[in-house]
Amino acid sequence: MAAPAAPAPSPYETDGLLMPKGKIDQYVLANLRRLNIQPANLCSDEVFLRRVYLDVIGTLPTAQEAEEFLKDKGADKRRALIDRLLQRPEFADYWAMRWSDLLRVRAEFPINLWPNAAQAYHRWIRDSIRDNMPYDRFVREMLTANGSNFRVGQVNFYRAVRSKTPIGIAEAVALSFMGTRADKWPEEKLAGMAQCFSKISYKPTAEWKEEIVFFDPRKPPTPITNALVLAAATSPTNAPAAAPEPPAVSPPPLKALFPDGTSVAIPPDRDPRAVFADWLITPRNPWFATTVVNRLWAWLLGRGIIHEPDDIRPDNKPVNPELLAYLEKELVIGKYDIRHILRLILNSQVYQLSSVAKSKTPEARANFASYPLRRLEAEVLIDALNQITGTTEKYSSPVPEPFTFIPEDQRSIALPDSSITSSFLELFGRPARDTGLQMERSSATTPDQRLYFLNSSHIQGKIEDGPKFRALFQTVAPDRARGSRRSGDNEKYNRSSKRDRRDRDSDRRGDSDDRDAQAPDAAPANIANALYLSILSRFPTQDELQAVTEYAEKTPSKREAAIDIAWALINSPEFLYRH
Amino acid sequence: MNHPYSPDIPPFADHPAPRLTRRQVLGRGAQGAAALMLADSWSVRAFGAPAAPNAKPAAKAKSVIQIWMWGGPCHLDTFDPKPGAGKDYCGPLDKPIPTNVDGIQIGQLLPELAKQADKYSIIRGMTHGINGHETASYMVQTGHRPGDGESYPTAGAVVALFKGNRDVYKGLIPPYIVLTKPQGRFSEAGFLGSRGKPFATGGDPSQTKFLVEGVVAQGITEERQQSRRSLLGRLNTLGQSVGEDPELIAASQAEKQAYDLILGDAGKVFDLSQEDKALRERYGNNKFGQCCLVARRLVERGVPYVTINYEGWDTHKGHFQIMTRKLPELDKGMATLLQDLSDRGLLESTIVWWGGEFSRTPKVQWEPPWNGGRNHFGKVFSHVVAGGGFKGGHVVGSSTETGEEVKERPVYPVDLIGSIYDLLGIDGNAKLPHPQGLAVTVMPGAAEAGTTGGKLKEIM
Repeated sequence: MAAPAAPAPSPYETDGLLMPKGKIDQYVLANLRRLNIQPANLCSDEVFLRRVYLDVIGTLPTAQEAEEFLKDKGADKRRALIDRLLQRPEFADYWAMRWSDLLRVRAEFPINLWPNAAQAYHRWIRDSIRDNMPYDRFVREMLTANGSNFRVGQVNFYRAVRSKTPIGIAEAVALSFMGTRADKWPEEKLAGMAQCFSKISYKPTAEWKEEIVFFDPRKPPTPITNALVLAAATSPTNAPAAAPEPPAVSPPPLKALFPDGTSVAIPPDRDPRAVFADWLITPRNPWFATTVVNRLWAWLLGRGIIHEPDDIRPDNKPVNPELLAYLEKELVIGKYDIRHILRLILNSQVYQLSSVAKSKTPEARANFASYPLRRLEAEVLIDALNQITGTTEKYSSPVPEPFTFIPEDQRSIALPDSSITSSFLELFGRPARDTGLQMERSSATTPDQRLYFLNSSHIQGKIEDGPKFRALFQTVAPDRARGSRRSGDNEKYNRSSKRDRRDRDSDRRGDSDDRDAQAPDAAPANIANALYLSILSRFPTQDELQAVTEYAEKTPSKREAAIDIAWALINSPEFLYRH
Repeated sequence: MNHPYSPDIPPFADHPAPRLTRRQVLGRGAQGAAALMLADSWSVRAFGAPAAPNAKPAAKAKSVIQIWMWGGPCHLDTFDPKPGAGKDYCGPLDKPIPTNVDGIQIGQLLPELAKQADKYSIIRGMTHGINGHETASYMVQTGHRPGDGESYPTAGAVVALFKGNRDVYKGLIPPYIVLTKPQGRFSEAGFLGSRGKPFATGGDPSQTKFLVEGVVAQGITEERQQSRRSLLGRLNTLGQSVGEDPELIAASQAEKQAYDLILGDAGKVFDLSQEDKALRERYGNNKFGQCCLVARRLVERGVPYVTINYEGWDTHKGHFQIMTRKLPELDKGMATLLQDLSDRGLLESTIVWWGGEFSRTPKVQWEPPWNGGRNHFGKVFSHVVAGGGFKGGHVVGSSTETGEEVKERPVYPVDLIGSIYDLLGIDGNAKLPHPQGLAVTVMPGAAEAGTTGGKLKEIM
């Protein structure tokens, strides 16, 4: 079976003409022209396939999915794939993971939600994403929630804060939904907003660690800071602030200040959180839509139109204001449908540019002239490796009690809680979810990570003993594998290997059989094809095929040669980075 | 970009984000043995330098070997024997032995350490009053009290930050090494996050091959490592197509450093077959003994902080049987370490710090279900320090007749760690980098520290 010829010169680009296909392309390409920056070529199908799987569902395409897509001759197959991926269950898992970083879904210190509460919070986020809850409703439900931390997942927003004071909550709200760092605001502005969160109370129940979060109209007013008293005093609509009094029979309205400077008087029977939420989610709000579309863009394209995406302030200008305004408008028109925005971006030529940059300046990167290389997130990386090798991870969390055990077939992107113990995930930059800052998740590459991938027993074990690879390697060195295993293992091994080999054959061409696979000359090429397809989602180039064949020829043990090839692909930047 | 060779990239400047961190504290889950955190602990500059306030000029010590007596050993059985307290306190270990320093006696199962008493000082009035492992470990290893919402880094992480950053430390070996398992119950790094994490070796140095996780892979020869490495280069099609890319440059530099450990000389520090066989025997043919030897090899190469996490001291049941088995192991390993460091002229610049999170109840619990066990005891315990500017042959403070109270000269964790930092030339008032930019210092301020007994001036 011959390897299909790879597109020359690089398997990553096409030489098709770059023509704007929509508003996103128009704005970005015009901007690049103005700056005299040459955009990259469009990416190849191989690259698009892998990229869109990773970006949309945090999951690698299987060898079979890759092959089907590559063989598909349909002109509209990229659009069709995007639509299919947006409906996959992993979409909800993966985007819930991203939102959970920002919404601080964590059982332990310092956020301290407690395991069942973290799970309830995560479940609510995930289900909302799965059901495509409009984003304005998603935020409003969180901000106005009342109830048990175990039963009403979204109330945990008010528990997942560094400090459960009105100020602490206001800071979290500003960061999460307004993309701004309120600790840098004038005191008065923050204190005015904090009034909206001054009527929240927390009370325990008879159940261990259960907590009810609720709007508490009888909560005595507390002067938040002197600045607020001052603000109230200087506000034209307000009489000079009196000293706080104990709750009277008919308490005065609560005076609060929205971040845009509007002051409001909230009647005592109204939940000030709802008043705030309604102000926040109006289309005219200058922060709300901007923040979310900018975040979505940053997730897909590596950096925000305003960067950092959670540092929106007057002196941090968008690199492309027209683009940002367009996305905001689309969000409002589309009734806050997140998938609609994702679809727009994913279908753009800008998103589909190759990572082979023609201009390597920071300015080119900041203006989206190519798709930026980024290391896979910890969870995505380990899931990818498990998928390729047919292995799983065991996750548990020994503290706090009760212990949390995660079913072994659960994907890492679906883990509800960043407190789940895993040295791998920590090493590869899983955020602790302490701060809600987008940059808390690290994509840096460090020597210790390289050491781990190159040489640790964990990775070595997956490559050498993962059932999928074992089955594959057996086709080059069946005797050694059979002879070296105990009989019980042997039986299991043969069974799985037959099944796997069948899968693999149908994965490949569908017309091969076992004898072919084991023919001495065909073996290296077949192994290479299978490995490339499952690890890198493409077929090898002629040059790569030659390198692999030479390596196999000079290595005395064919099994070791196959392991080494798999090892090399798994350690290549093409596997470790989205590109 | 967060790797040791990018000192010029300012913090928070651009994608990718620097490693922001976790603030983990008591109760944080285990770091697997394989959490190989060498790079980040080197790259302290990624956050903006910790203002490199290293080294007051008078630093006497360059390195620390911390023998962490994980679980808490009993002071009565080790360095503060109470033969007069009777069987209910001493059990069978009621015949302490003299040392080579007049007037100092130690436990009867430590004859080799008795010959080295001139090299170390015993602090018999250690106290914090905490009886829970996590909290006590946190206090003893950080010098901070828990409860202010911050989780401070351990002494090892702090020393690595100040003595292991690239301005002062040029070694290829990570500056903070844990032999062989990390703490698990709380994070060594605290709010320093990945930059404070130790490199935990995993493996067992008393085995024929010390399988240091990530550095030594089982069954892969050096030759195969070499040919794999060249295959990896040959198959890097993406790298060749993309050319210069900040991510890929960072990746290839990180990879080069990893290979310095895998194939270069740096990794040889873990190869004990280079050591004299007789010396290996003297250290003791067991995990702890060989860890002591590895620790010596590490400080010999300039590694600033090595922790030996010595497990098995949480002896609620069968206490004396365990002591009979383990104390001779401790005795041999630690005594040989002191002698060996001294023979090589390393003891002057190396602090050896022995101790656990607390002690065990002086009164033996003979009743079932303990049947001769000792429970947790934080009221009074002993620590031992040697070298690096600590005088030998002294006893600091004392406990009462039954060892149940501090009698003289209480020493709190903050006092001991503060003294260690002084000898290393680390300023206790220096700022630590904090993920939210909070103003936090190496040692607690007077208000936070609570009660102190003062630094160990008498032995410095």
